[in-house]
Amino acid sequence: MSSALAEAATSTPELPARRRERGRLLQHSVYLTARSLRTLWRQPTFAAMTLIAPIIWLLLFGQLFRSVVHIPGFSTGSGSYLEFITPGVIVMTALFSSGWAGTVYIDDMNRGVMDRLLASPVRRGAMMIGTLAYQAVTTVVQTLIVFGVAYISGARFRGGVVGIVVTIVAAALISVIMASFSNALALLLRQQEALIGVSQFIVLPLQFLSSAIMDTRLSPHWVQHVARYNPVDWAVVASRQALSAGTEWGAVWPRLGFLAALAAAMAWLATRAFRSYQASI
Amino acid sequence: MSDSSSPALSAVDLVKTYPGARGKPRIRALDGLSINVQAGTVFALLGPNGAGKSTAVKILATLSRPDSGHASVAGIDVLRDPNGVRHIIGLVSQKASSDPMATARENLVLAGRIHGMSSSSARARAADLLSRFALDEAAERLAKTFSGGMARKLDVAIGLMHRPQVLFLDEPTTGLDPQARTELWAEIDRLSAHEDVAVLLTTHYLDEADQLADRLAIVDHGRVVVEGTPEQLKAELKGDTVQVELATAEAIPGAMVLLSRIAGLRDVASVGASLRARASSGARAVPSLLSALEDADIAVSSVTVARPSLDDVYLHHVGRSFEVAA
Repeated sequence: MSSALAEAATSTPELPARRRERGRLLQHSVYLTARSLRTLWRQPTFAAMTLIAPIIWLLLFGQLFRSVVHIPGFSTGSGSYLEFITPGVIVMTALFSSGWAGTVYIDDMNRGVMDRLLASPVRRGAMMIGTLAYQAVTTVVQTLIVFGVAYISGARFRGGVVGIVVTIVAAALISVIMASFSNALALLLRQQEALIGVSQFIVLPLQFLSSAIMDTRLSPHWVQHVARYNPVDWAVVASRQALSAGTEWGAVWPRLGFLAALAAAMAWLATRAFRSYQASI
Repeated sequence: MSDSSSPALSAVDLVKTYPGARGKPRIRALDGLSINVQAGTVFALLGPNGAGKSTAVKILATLSRPDSGHASVAGIDVLRDPNGVRHIIGLVSQKASSDPMATARENLVLAGRIHGMSSSSARARAADLLSRFALDEAAERLAKTFSGGMARKLDVAIGLMHRPQVLFLDEPTTGLDPQARTELWAEIDRLSAHEDVAVLLTTHYLDEADQLADRLAIVDHGRVVVEGTPEQLKAELKGDTVQVELATAEAIPGAMVLLSRIAGLRDVASVGASLRARASSGARAVPSLLSALEDADIAVSSVTVARPSLDDVYLHHVGRSFEVAA
């Protein structure tokens, strides 16, 4: 798909070096993303589970907490808990799936794949972008499926296509943030059990200290306070606003902006963690 | 990009330390290691586990930075221009380095693409390497289904995809069964016929270094103890190796004293329950050796006279037998 780009990058030396370098970074990222997607494709059970899990969460939580909308003060915008929880489950799915991102690096370290890539012209940035883009692609597919199941189950989103696009972007950004964190942990800890332990320890509080499944205005005061700084809450609030009838865009754009900035910062920091790994070998 | 007059690989006074266990001093993995490898030759670093061989490879392959010293590949400094070095090296690390969830062909093509080969030239090169390493039939199988020998051949092929100037083979045959080992040796031996590549091979098998290396360096405690061609190193020892196995190990000290008094025997050393010595002519030394031991009532179970082996070279320079060290 990018062979034309490859030829151009290698056959035109007069192209500015920086642009050529960026072209190669992109190209390597594409190769590595494709490698991960192919691996997923070859593990049909795992692929199926990544798609079925969010559906189960949506239907399970949607049923389980259905009556919370009747608590005085609970605001859903339109009335149905399913509509309230859909962006919550989408962001939660992105968060949980990406928490495992670093396991790919650990597998590569346990074999000689990581060392081989590090001793090749592949930039550390491309190795990072490759795994992050793969997680983001997975998240987009999961998000579309959750929307589909929510629609079949009767949820209607007044925000329309724009609302769905905003939700996809927010979920993908959360996915990049969490996957960067997981990748950094993998490079620092270099051990599967430690990575999963720490990652799970972080993911659950992030999930529950947000308005993903519960209106935080009904939670204790301190939870509301913490949620304001929780990126998971930014993603949920931005998505929910964009999906509702009278979207307050003033609540959406700053949150998306914060998410994008945090995603970029986390990806950069995670790429720096390659130094720690290399110092250890 | 590379200077043709410079050696394929050069390392000067490499020092590398790692943090020791809590409260322990730092571990000195490399302690002033220096080597020079000429283009198109196979150079072996021979030494027991922990001698520093792999650390040297990691520094030369830009994975790790030395505490001090210089290293360059084809004239390119590994510290100043690591990315330049990465374009012209291939690394086959100790661990399997293929992607288990990709087929042999996919592994090769991706390795080529990463090095900037076009899709068509990567496919052609992959097909060429698959047939040369007798992996054609397994080309579309996932690498995770490969036997140890096949996986290792694939690793070497991956390392060669982009026609590197220097190929690092870090303990390529460790863990392979004897047949797979012989097969891989044949492939490595044939490399120079097909590729214009210098090979840095690390091994803790004496026979492997003897068989494959144009030159070798014996590494011990992070430095090169002696270096030369296998023939040179063996010839330097002059004469034969006489090995005497005694019936009981208790007799060793007494026998050592007796042997060192015999004219024509030198470098007497004990290795387990046997004694080893060097003789300018083994055949002439054996009768007097046997009668001396018989007079002292020391029972001998066997005597062998042989041309010097690399193990003798190792014993001579390091002061202990390789078999005991490794």
